[in-house]
Amino acid sequence: MEYCDRQVRIARRKCCHQPPNLGKRKRRAAFVVWEEGDDLDLQEAIWTCKNGQIQRRHPSIRSGGEIETKIEKREKEGKKRKIPKKKDLVEMTSKGAMSSGGGDDASAARRNSKKPQYSRFTQQELPACKPILTPGWVITIFIFVGIIFIPIGLASLFASERVVEIVDQYDKDCVPNKYSEDMVGFIQSSETNKTCSRTLTVPKLMKSPVYVYYQLDNFYQNHRRYVKSRSDKQLRSSAYEKDTSTCSPEATTADGSPIVPCGLIAWSLFNDTYGFSVNDKALEVSKKNIAWKSDQDYKFGSDVFPKNFQNGSLIGGAKLNSSIPLSEQEDLIVWMRTAALPTFRKLYGRIEEDLEANEKITVEIQNNYNTYAFGGNKRLVLSTTSWIGGKNDFLGVAYLLVGGLCLFLAISFILMYVIKPRPLGDPSFLSWNRNPAGHFN
Amino acid sequence: MSPAGRIREKLRWSHLYSFSCLRPHVKELEGPHSLGGPGFSRIIHCNQPRMHRKKPLNYTSNYISTTKYNILTFLPKAIFEQFRRVANLYFLMAAILSLTPIAPFSAVSMIAPLAFVVGLSMAKEALEDWRRFMQDMKVNSRKVSIHQGDGKFDYRPWQKVQVGDVVKIEKDQFFPSDLLLLSSSYEDGICYVETMNLDGETNLKVKRSLEVTLPLNEDLAFKDFAGIIRCEDPNPNLYTFVGKFEYGGQIYALDPNQILLRDSKLRNTAYVYGVVIFTGHESKVMQNSTRSPSKRSRIERKMDCIIYFLFSLLVLISLISSIGFAVNTKFDMPKAWYLQPKNTTNMYDPSRPALSGIFHLVTALILYGYLIPISLYVSIEVVKVLQATFMNNDLHMYDEETGHPAQARTSNLNEELGQVDTILSDKTGTLTCNQMDFLKCSIAGASYGVRSSEVEIAAAKQMAFDLDGEDSTHSGVSMNNCSIEDPWDNKSVHFEGSEIELEAVVTSKDGKEQKPLIKGFSFEDSRLMDGNWMNEPNADVILLFFRILAICHSAIPEPNEETGSFNYEVESPDEGAFLVAAREFGFEFCRRTQTSVFVRERYPSGHPIEREYKVLNLLEFNSKRKRMSVIIKDEDGQILLLCKGADSIIFDRLAKNGRTFQEDTTRYLNDYGESGLRTLALAFRKLEEHEYSAWNSEFLQAKTTISSDREAMLERVSDMMERDLTLIGATAVEDKLQKGVPQCIDKLAQAGLKIWVLTGDKMETAINIGYACSLLRHGMKQICITTMNTESLDQDDKKAVGENVLMQIANASEMIKLEEDPHAAFALVIDGKTLAYALEDDTKHQFLSLAVNCASVICCRVSPKQKALVTRLVKEGTGKTTLAIGDGANDVGMIQEADIGVGISGVEGMQAVMASDFSIAQFQYLERLLVVHGHWCYKRIAQMICYFFYKNIAFGLTLFYFEAYTGFSGQSVYDDWYMILFNVILTSLPVISLGVFEQDVSSEVCLQFPALYQQGPRNLFFDWYRIFGWMANGLYSSLIIFFLNISIFYDQAFRVEGQTSDMAAVGATMFTCIIWAVNCQIALTMSHFTWIQHLFVWGSIFTWYIFLILYGMVSPIISGGAFHIFVESLAPAPIYWSVTLLVTIACNLPYLAHISFQRSFNPMDHHVIQEIKHFKKDVEDRHMWTRERSKARQKTKIGFTVRVDAKIRHLRGRLQKKYSSMVV
Repeated sequence: MEYCDRQVRIARRKCCHQPPNLGKRKRRAAFVVWEEGDDLDLQEAIWTCKNGQIQRRHPSIRSGGEIETKIEKREKEGKKRKIPKKKDLVEMTSKGAMSSGGGDDASAARRNSKKPQYSRFTQQELPACKPILTPGWVITIFIFVGIIFIPIGLASLFASERVVEIVDQYDKDCVPNKYSEDMVGFIQSSETNKTCSRTLTVPKLMKSPVYVYYQLDNFYQNHRRYVKSRSDKQLRSSAYEKDTSTCSPEATTADGSPIVPCGLIAWSLFNDTYGFSVNDKALEVSKKNIAWKSDQDYKFGSDVFPKNFQNGSLIGGAKLNSSIPLSEQEDLIVWMRTAALPTFRKLYGRIEEDLEANEKITVEIQNNYNTYAFGGNKRLVLSTTSWIGGKNDFLGVAYLLVGGLCLFLAISFILMYVIKPRPLGDPSFLSWNRNPAGHFN
Repeated sequence: MSPAGRIREKLRWSHLYSFSCLRPHVKELEGPHSLGGPGFSRIIHCNQPRMHRKKPLNYTSNYISTTKYNILTFLPKAIFEQFRRVANLYFLMAAILSLTPIAPFSAVSMIAPLAFVVGLSMAKEALEDWRRFMQDMKVNSRKVSIHQGDGKFDYRPWQKVQVGDVVKIEKDQFFPSDLLLLSSSYEDGICYVETMNLDGETNLKVKRSLEVTLPLNEDLAFKDFAGIIRCEDPNPNLYTFVGKFEYGGQIYALDPNQILLRDSKLRNTAYVYGVVIFTGHESKVMQNSTRSPSKRSRIERKMDCIIYFLFSLLVLISLISSIGFAVNTKFDMPKAWYLQPKNTTNMYDPSRPALSGIFHLVTALILYGYLIPISLYVSIEVVKVLQATFMNNDLHMYDEETGHPAQARTSNLNEELGQVDTILSDKTGTLTCNQMDFLKCSIAGASYGVRSSEVEIAAAKQMAFDLDGEDSTHSGVSMNNCSIEDPWDNKSVHFEGSEIELEAVVTSKDGKEQKPLIKGFSFEDSRLMDGNWMNEPNADVILLFFRILAICHSAIPEPNEETGSFNYEVESPDEGAFLVAAREFGFEFCRRTQTSVFVRERYPSGHPIEREYKVLNLLEFNSKRKRMSVIIKDEDGQILLLCKGADSIIFDRLAKNGRTFQEDTTRYLNDYGESGLRTLALAFRKLEEHEYSAWNSEFLQAKTTISSDREAMLERVSDMMERDLTLIGATAVEDKLQKGVPQCIDKLAQAGLKIWVLTGDKMETAINIGYACSLLRHGMKQICITTMNTESLDQDDKKAVGENVLMQIANASEMIKLEEDPHAAFALVIDGKTLAYALEDDTKHQFLSLAVNCASVICCRVSPKQKALVTRLVKEGTGKTTLAIGDGANDVGMIQEADIGVGISGVEGMQAVMASDFSIAQFQYLERLLVVHGHWCYKRIAQMICYFFYKNIAFGLTLFYFEAYTGFSGQSVYDDWYMILFNVILTSLPVISLGVFEQDVSSEVCLQFPALYQQGPRNLFFDWYRIFGWMANGLYSSLIIFFLNISIFYDQAFRVEGQTSDMAAVGATMFTCIIWAVNCQIALTMSHFTWIQHLFVWGSIFTWYIFLILYGMVSPIISGGAFHIFVESLAPAPIYWSVTLLVTIACNLPYLAHISFQRSFNPMDHHVIQEIKHFKKDVEDRHMWTRERSKARQKTKIGFTVRVDAKIRHLRGRLQKKYSSMVV
């Protein structure tokens, strides 16, 4: 629009007189189009600017919208000729004035009412950047991606390498031999002794905090029936205690009073426990702050206490201490964040001590949880973390692969380009020139 | 009433007219039709409309309605229409099912988008129908004067007109229904009718009443008028009518000559009275009109195929999923105690896995519904509406004169504009303005008239330019043209448009001379003007020439008060041009009486003298005779026969001593013809008194004969008289082409489009126009397929004619096959009657293959129905996109039949525009409409649809993969809201901006390189290769997105605090990757970034984060797992960001590699041009740029450029000869 401003200035310079008796705003408008030989119609009169004198013509003709039209017309004319220089602009404006001098009758204005307004938008002439994938850009992009990705990959791999992880599958080993044929019976029986002791060796120094996880296999926490079977309202506030409609089939007890927390997820809460000791000295496992902060603060109410939980005929997993509010039951909170995949780890606790290399850790496991029925495995995991989280070689490898691929593409592109170069914008590559029926070349 | 009007009323044309004013004296009906039998049962009680208000004669009212719906039927019908789209039906089912627990999503997330989509489409339908309704109302409320009884007439709206009413129509009014003509302001009951809206013919037709009704020529005469008409039932045949009229105890036969058809216009006649026969939808025009078909573009139809494909894919994966679920439920679920398998509903019943499987199938069908983009239709609709807005607002397609902008009336064909293969064009009002200008003449072997025709000017300039362009190779030629080159070259710098900047030349010329133009007269030669002709060698011949111009016609003068001169009411515009020319030469035709023509002659005396010429006979023009003559007696008693006609006809009839000027005249006629002018030869014959009277008695006898061969007899007798003529000269009239038509045709031809002209006009006119707009040129081999008179042929003869036509076609095809010269071009000219045979089922394919081999095709004398049939033949026979363009109601059929109908919103009625899909003010805007908007829209829509499928496959399949990890239970990894927003907000705006703003090359380049247009007809951007390429890309992306995420988030802690990821975190991360991947993909697809694209693409990604933050802030009851997810866990985790980067790059890498390798080693045309533009090579190497521009055209054999090429070849040949002779 700077162009327009310039034009207004020029128009002003060329303006002979102000048209008389026009309001302030109109006078401003009048300035815009008031030129030698030009006509201006405002409300009831047409004023003509001629030889520096104002003349009034055709007093009966009324029309509106002429002013804008003229500006546009001139602007359009300017556009069409694409004259960037100031000197030319002056010439052009005077030409425009001459050409638009004639059509001043009312019918022209009426006809022009359908005329589309000029704007760069409607004419699809918005300034645009039109990036072109030149070979230079292509090579730069590929090499750049390669150069960025390979260090990231290396860094991830390095971080992953530094993570120390101990994984111990204990489900089968913790079942006494005599029950090996009937592991489900073993786990379901209330008489069997489920305590089981395991010894783990620390391969490398594990700096605190060392995270304790349990890992389950083949457990479909993401099954739709399972995922849906909870009531966020009930978990959040005691006022919604009876809001168990989404919790079926673990919504209410047989007599109809609501179960808190209701639903299959809570009902199947994991209930193995671990006790750690090194050299007969117990290692303290912190169970604080293992859940997501927001869950504890907002999702699980501090005024909601377990009620009627696990006292039906069918007992699922762990029982809850009904004197502790849900917001403090961090194991439950962790468990209720359903995992995305049927194999998952969940945080059990944290050991706030360094574990030296080759230390033997004795783990006292209360093997309560029934994974035997559905053929799942249970593992105990001790792991440190790095900036990428746990041990995760895949991320680094993937980065290296993609980075390498980019470099490979860059090289092959360069090679192809050296073998078969194409000058940019070479018209001989146009289809009508490549076509043998074409004229020449 | 004007004085001329009064004169006119007294005229009895039937005395003068010989051929068309036949009046049958047959009182008994003959022929095979049995009135009263089936198909001929209509009975009309004239002047007793009350009889037709009740049964059994209650015929329909004159109210017409072309709307699709009314208020009551709108909802059910429109909804039905909407759900005829498969995708919509599917979503409707999904929405209904979402109310049950089977659905994996909440009901709102299914219903809301569907309601939005359907509502939007229905609103559009309603608006369009409302417009139609308003148009109908306008027609229905036109006023007409109806007899109210007791001889009183009063104005009533059209819709009140009833069968049996007597109506009075005044001059220049349309007929409200089909009428029986009773009487007119002329004493002999004839009237002139313009049937432009029916057949597009501009010359007036004469209709005449029965003799018996002639006295009914004033209002009061209808007081006691009564009669009964028995006639055929409503039918669509415009040119037939069978009926009889019982009046005064007698029975008279009726034929089409007494029938005035609805939508034709009364001309040159002050008023007529008529009885209404057919009203409203029963009128012949309305019977002829077909419901406007809803058109769908090729791309959209293909899109449907893809949707079917995706639908089958959807069913397939749903089946896999449900089988998986059934197996899982049967074998695994009983063991999974945590799901309480014993305590379940049908949906998860391990004891009835098959039932659960079936339930799950429905769930899965809904779950994977994201494969079928629901927002696709809406987005396309939005994009098309915006594209249409751009067309409507294009200032380059706005006509200053009429004030009409271009208008896209239906927006669903935008992309089809980019794929047009054949253009079928009307002539009158489309290519020409239907205005004739007297431009040149040849008198007594000398040519007068210095002004050049448009064709000549353009050819000259083009030649000069072309020679300039080739000066490096042919300096010998260009040296001679140096002086012409320079001014042109300068101009071409200023106007970057086309090479043929004809208007610039013409206007600059006009500016210099400042000559006021007289309508119809562009002649300029001082030798003839202002009486100078008297000094010419053959002054007496010139005098005679002017007199022929002034006398030999059938026009009526009407004084024009303002200018003091006369306006002429003429049957054809040529005649008008002649009369204007005669007036300018000083021979002003000023009065006509029953027997005489008065001409005010300024010369040779120098001051005006009114001379009287007695008109003894008038042998009028018809297409068979191709000539017209008058026999006059001048004031000296000399009897003369003055004749004008087609040159070939006249030359055959010259006397031995009348051929003095034949050789010269022939030469000039050829020149004129080549310049695209319509030519007529003028001749005369001196008659002796006895010679005339002998002939006249024979003629009178023939004229009064009452038998079927009367016309043949008349023709024979006339022929006897029109012999032994003396040639005087020839006239050349320019049929004014509309502005820019030749250039536009040239450009369109270069863009590879074929242009057919279908016209209702006569063959000669059509051929002349063919020349004028360079569809024909000299040296082109014309194949004329015609038949002899085919009226009154019985079955066997018709068969013979059919065989004859077939043979002609076969011969022509053979000829084309045998042609060896690569520059040879063929033109096919065929007339309507022959076309009727050619369009028969057994012939039409041969006809089509012949037509396709011809460079240009001109069909003349075609009826509206034939226009539609030809269009259908081309459309179905070639299987390519056709575009029909026309301006009159006679073009409606073809406009509706063609894939795209374009109406010219000029001066004619609005019927064509109403039926069209696009309307433009002038033919020349067609170039921009197709080459710029069509090209853009095609590419935009094609890319948009491809991308749409890509993104929905990329997204939808991740849902499927995840199923495999959830035991096919139907759980989705994403939050419901993510999925709603995916199509509605997060990815829709970028794709809309792609569809609206993408430009591969700028509009100037589109126009400069017409060959780029061929990317559309060749369908380079929406072929199966490309579609499946995009789908494969989608599949690849889905795999990358899902498996990279799953592998990385498999079981490990992702936060530094040791927490592992849950479903919400994995889902959000995966979704982030999708958003990045698809939006980066679209950025790679675009080649044109304005701030809008930047805003939408990057804004969409940004919006996702904003949404995630905001969604995380609402109550956890609503947001569930997504509560605080971004702020608390995702954003602080580096792995979240590194996964996003990795997946985004990995997804787009193959596509990036593909396009960069393709562009660098196998570029397409627009790539190269983009580069040239980008590096400003066009500015640096102007020569190369011009050369490429001139090469960037399809091989064509029509248009200016080719014409000029041919001429250059010709010149070069001559030059070579000259050189060789000099060498020798």
